[in-house]
Amino acid sequence: MNPLLMADLTVLTLSLLVGFEVISKVPATLHTPLMSGANAIHGVVIVGVMLLAATVTGVGGYLLLAVAAFGAGMNVAGGYLVTDRMLAMFRVRR
Amino acid sequence: MTGFDTVVHLVFLGCAVCFVIGLHLMNAPASARRGNRISAAGMTVAVITTAVVLLHDGHITRGAVIALTVGGLAGAAAGVIAARRVLMTAMPQLVSLFNAVGGGAAALIALGDHTASTQAAVTGVLDVAIGGVTFTGSLVAAGKLAGRISGAPVTVRFGRPAMAVLALIAIGLGIWYVAGADLALTGVAVAALAVGVLLTLPIGGADMPVVISLLNAFTGTAVAMAGFVVGSTPLIIAGGLVGAAGAILTKLMADAMNRPVSAIIAGGYGTGDAVAVTAGSAAAGVREISADDAAIQLAYAGKVVIVPGYGLAAAQAQHEAVALAEALTDRGVEVSYAIHPVAGRMPGHMNVLLAEANAPYPQLRDLEESNPEFARTDVVLVIGANDVTNPAARRPGNPVSGMPILDVDKARSVIVLKRSLGHGYAGIDNELYTDPRTAMLFADAKAGLAALLTGLHAYAN
Repeated sequence: MNPLLMADLTVLTLSLLVGFEVISKVPATLHTPLMSGANAIHGVVIVGVMLLAATVTGVGGYLLLAVAAFGAGMNVAGGYLVTDRMLAMFRVRR
Repeated sequence: MTGFDTVVHLVFLGCAVCFVIGLHLMNAPASARRGNRISAAGMTVAVITTAVVLLHDGHITRGAVIALTVGGLAGAAAGVIAARRVLMTAMPQLVSLFNAVGGGAAALIALGDHTASTQAAVTGVLDVAIGGVTFTGSLVAAGKLAGRISGAPVTVRFGRPAMAVLALIAIGLGIWYVAGADLALTGVAVAALAVGVLLTLPIGGADMPVVISLLNAFTGTAVAMAGFVVGSTPLIIAGGLVGAAGAILTKLMADAMNRPVSAIIAGGYGTGDAVAVTAGSAAAGVREISADDAAIQLAYAGKVVIVPGYGLAAAQAQHEAVALAEALTDRGVEVSYAIHPVAGRMPGHMNVLLAEANAPYPQLRDLEESNPEFARTDVVLVIGANDVTNPAARRPGNPVSGMPILDVDKARSVIVLKRSLGHGYAGIDNELYTDPRTAMLFADAKAGLAALLTGLHAYAN
């Protein structure tokens, strides 16, 4: 096993632990926005799709890339916007 | 490591910090919006930095640039339009749709990357398998919530054994792929897509929130795996974060319904929508009330608590409910909303709906705040809520036993606005409806609330 993979595994494990810690004390009121916010964060898949773009060739590769970019773009842009819309409604009126 | 690489690394680290801080700030209503924006800022920087890296390396072909730009921008535009236009009642299925395309994109990364090492091949298989399941699974879940697919549990003959067989086939193909057969990965994808459908179809509509949360965690995991395939730390961090956060959220939701996640996945339980059986076994001893009588009772109460449920969300009656509450407040009645953790279509969904209708935030009370209040409440108005008010939960030996409930039956009188005596998702009679202090107002939530408001204006001036 190479050191790079070891480092990646370490990062994954610690990220999982941080994820458990960060979430454990949320009021039920915020469960839906939180799920939506987490949904937007995995929109980071767009970065992966961009890196994939450097390796693909041929019409088949480009087609697959375009479909993946479409999905990732929709996930990240729509995810953040819909979460913001939800949270904008949580305002205190006097 | 060159200076450029170092800077890129540090910037990505900063983005990861933004995701963690953003998620953390979403723990409290006051800071939640700021949290989401910090997370979005981190994402923007990550995308720009990746673009700079691609240009700097110069390996990318012209065709790939076009495919990436056109696909990405079209997807972003579709996402923005959908997020802007969606009704707040339809929001759960939109989140599920975004989850589906994200999972699909993660699966495509491993399918498209042919430069991966043998070690990355294992994570590639996991990426395709998890991403494939979450893609079709989330689409089916969205379809069920939107009413395009029946909300009732769809029993597929030999569905569960077929799923096990497909899973074994996927594992076999996965091993073959790691051993060097490139095409086997496509087989894994096909099997995973079928498993996603078989997994979600037999699960009832009311359980969909838990399923969506679970699939959200799946996508996070798939994205982390994709991070191993393309060698990108931000993907591993953000994916791991969402994988863990989604898992916790799934457990919190399942706990609030007093059902283990395993039972929900097993499926075939409940329908989510109240079945219209007007002459149920509980029909005896039920007292009916007219909208006008109910309106008068509400108008002359000192303290009213509104208990909104699934029926209110399904009928999109949040604006009518808030209008009624405002009319009562104007008359000097003390009004508050008692919100059960799993009321609506998703935990917390009811708060979002009522906030959309401009219900004052201080009037929204959770279970712990509401229960002590019922004893000094004159009238409780239950709108389309069922199992979360069933006193049977306090006794052992029935499907709702042990579930935290709103102690509605402690109030001086109760008005239940509901379409019928149909069962809730637990499938049992609600003892509240036969309580002598309870009166039933049979109507659709939207129409019933409008009738109450009309009655209020006509008789109580």
